[in-house]
Amino acid sequence: MKKIFEKIYLAIILIFMYAPILTLIVLSFNSSKSRARWGGFTLKWYVNLLEDEAVSSALFNTLAIAVLATVFSTIIGTFTCIAMIGLSKKLRSIIMAITNIPMINADIVTGISLMLLFRFLHIGSGFLTILLAHITFNIPFVMLSVMPRVKNMNFYVYEAALDLGASPLYAFFKTILPELMPGIISGALMAFTMSLDDFIITYFTKGSGFETLSTLIYNEVKRGIQPEIYALSAIIFVVVLALLLLVYRAPSVKSKEK
Amino acid sequence: MSKDLITLEHISKSYDSQLILDDLNLSIYENSFVTLLGPSGCGKTTTLRIIGGFEKPDQGKVIFDGKDITNLAPNKRQLNTVFQKYALFTHMTIAENIAFGLKIKNKSDSYIKDKIKYALKLVNLEGFEKRMPDSLSGGQQQRIAIARAIVNEPKVLLLDEPLGALDLKMRQDMQYELKRLKEELGITFIYVTHDQEEALTMSDHIVVMNQGYIQQEGSPEKIYNEPENAFVADFIGDSNIIRSTMVRDELVDILGAKFACVDKGFGENKPVDVVIRPEDVELVSPNEGTLEGVVTDLTFKGVHYEMDVEANGYEWLVHSTKLSAVGTKVGIKVDPFNIQIMNVPASEDEEAISETV
Amino acid sequence: MKLFKSRKTSALMSSPYIAWATIFIIIPLCMVIYYGITDSNGQLTFDNITTIAKPGYLKALIRSVELALISTLVCFILAYPLGMILAGMKLKNNSYIVTLFILPMWMNFLLRTLTWMTLLEGKGVINTILDFFHLPTMKIINTPGAIVLGMVYNFLPFMILPIYNSLNSIDENVINAAKDLGADNLQTFLRITLPLSLPGILSGITMVFIPALTTFAISTMLGGSKILLIGNIIEQEFTQLYDWNLGSGLSIVLMLFILLNMIIESVSSKKGDR
Repeated sequence: MKKIFEKIYLAIILIFMYAPILTLIVLSFNSSKSRARWGGFTLKWYVNLLEDEAVSSALFNTLAIAVLATVFSTIIGTFTCIAMIGLSKKLRSIIMAITNIPMINADIVTGISLMLLFRFLHIGSGFLTILLAHITFNIPFVMLSVMPRVKNMNFYVYEAALDLGASPLYAFFKTILPELMPGIISGALMAFTMSLDDFIITYFTKGSGFETLSTLIYNEVKRGIQPEIYALSAIIFVVVLALLLLVYRAPSVKSKEK
Repeated sequence: MSKDLITLEHISKSYDSQLILDDLNLSIYENSFVTLLGPSGCGKTTTLRIIGGFEKPDQGKVIFDGKDITNLAPNKRQLNTVFQKYALFTHMTIAENIAFGLKIKNKSDSYIKDKIKYALKLVNLEGFEKRMPDSLSGGQQQRIAIARAIVNEPKVLLLDEPLGALDLKMRQDMQYELKRLKEELGITFIYVTHDQEEALTMSDHIVVMNQGYIQQEGSPEKIYNEPENAFVADFIGDSNIIRSTMVRDELVDILGAKFACVDKGFGENKPVDVVIRPEDVELVSPNEGTLEGVVTDLTFKGVHYEMDVEANGYEWLVHSTKLSAVGTKVGIKVDPFNIQIMNVPASEDEEAISETV
Repeated sequence: MKLFKSRKTSALMSSPYIAWATIFIIIPLCMVIYYGITDSNGQLTFDNITTIAKPGYLKALIRSVELALISTLVCFILAYPLGMILAGMKLKNNSYIVTLFILPMWMNFLLRTLTWMTLLEGKGVINTILDFFHLPTMKIINTPGAIVLGMVYNFLPFMILPIYNSLNSIDENVINAAKDLGADNLQTFLRITLPLSLPGILSGITMVFIPALTTFAISTMLGGSKILLIGNIIEQEFTQLYDWNLGSGLSIVLMLFILLNMIIESVSSKKGDR
């Protein structure tokens, strides 16, 4: 009896979460522009979407920023974690506290604070400013996931490698980096998704005329929802789902993480 | 004669169609230290959890002090458990941990205070009231888990591999501690372990389990000296288990040599299993022994030497304080009382069943 | 055991990031504070901050706090039983079932909000369905209720994940021990399960409350132009009215709320620790 209630509860929450998304996907195939009427099956919104240059350039911007911000924040974050291990505990916790500010603070405050900085420095808003902002708010995610690994790291393997004749650089890549890898990967994944999903900070640092997917959708929605947006939602949902299935189908990678 | 406190009648339990316990019957006397001993997956922990009330048997009854408690919830049972890895409440102080059961029962503050003091004294951790569990060593946490259980004055204390997470030295210390506690409290202990040494050291009564069946039960001496089947012989201590032939009463043919023994009633020229403990094998000069062999390996073990002796195709394990160098020809002699004869099971399945019938 | 033998090397290697954090975290925050406590001529003033007490602004702030509290509460009420059920299922690490409940998190935030625009509109999906069955249609969009719905829908996974993690990490034997010591189900829940899951609850509350308190996109999309939250007002000061001083002053007020939340959280988690 209890089990049945539990199942029903899970089902209700799942319906609450997925029914809206499924509705959008259905509407993306609706040839009528009205949400209230089914006008027959069509793929024209998908065709329109793919031909829309604004969308494809926004998509390109989003991916480019996410990839670059992930790469830079991962390198900076990992390097700093390793470097910081030699600092005094007090100094280390001060640096970590500062690093965590963008994560704890409201995005809107982080967004406007960076906007003020870029205006003050006269850095033209656009790709560069968004990238700098994204690297800044991504670094805490990388450091939070790499730091525990560095703390538990057995540095004797590094010394052992040196003892066996490896150069410091070679020893670093062969001993330290592999041990930190699971933390680095999960940090990088977090950074990537945060970057893809961000709207508020991007909105304040982008300036005019430069759009990512998030800001593009926001502008479109203010003007009224076009069915092309539904097509875009459907595509994004399917891509997310496919990526996750891919992750779950690759157990070898996961077992390595443990 | 002490009376039965807990009786398990025809208990069966399976998970996901895998049979864990099959028609298990067991009686536990009042004020005894009973150990359920067996390899992992033998059903010993499940048996304990059924007694504690954390599992319900698919079939069978649990009788406690003459009453059927099979369907009674754990919080209504007059017994307490010391869990694997202690299961202390990490968000409470030591005193709050110990007081937990008493507060539930609405005991007075002064009563609780006295009890905490008494329990901490009993486990040699006086003055630990205000500490948090995380700040204690494994052995100390173990003692607190015991203190938390015994302040409720249970009639029975269930202990689920309580020493498993401790290191060797600590484990040995705690074995004596538990024995002492048992004496001081005068209650029944039911103890689950896979460690035969622990079982032999502490128990009044050992129940050896394997694959959901009781293989043998009895006093530690009986289990060790007179194992009833090859599983028990193999599991409890080192032993030489040799397929042999019972020539007639009080005479057994081991590897082609005739050994005198004390067992009767196995019939004539019947196959049997013979168990001989390594310390019961005497090495003598070749012509004085019943069987002739050659020492093939020698290890110094501190108290004794451990030797492998090859004789008629079987490698005997021998413990002796006298050294025989590798390559020495030796005679093997065994006192008739030290030869334990067991029936040969007809099949692997019967090996398990034979002792429960 | 350290990779770099001397503190100096460590400090040297850390310095690029320290410089980065100074430029992109500390200085921008100082600029917000500077703008917040000066007027357009650079004169020191607290008017920007005290503006929050003016009727229109105060109303927006109170409404923001109200809606954020309601959303956080609803998320908690929905997520806690869910976390308990999921933890009770004793799933393997990273089971896909748990992922199912946080999957929408990976979908774009604006698209998630947009789905509710489509559903709730005057001639949206829900009203069309109601109309089809000849039921009275509802006016949901552009009400505070729609905003709460949008917040709950967007932030629910952020409540589920920490609560599930904290419940799942409770050793089953700790629960058994409480029952063994005589506690019934309710006592076990109140004295053991709830306190042990407190860290998860607190981090869930923070992860929902702060974005809900400071959002402007959800209120713009689901609240229409009539319902202004403090986030909307700050956004307008920066992007439409160009009054950076006032916008910064109001941001300082917002940061005070975040600080308050952090203090409450650390105090109650210390209590839970004891």
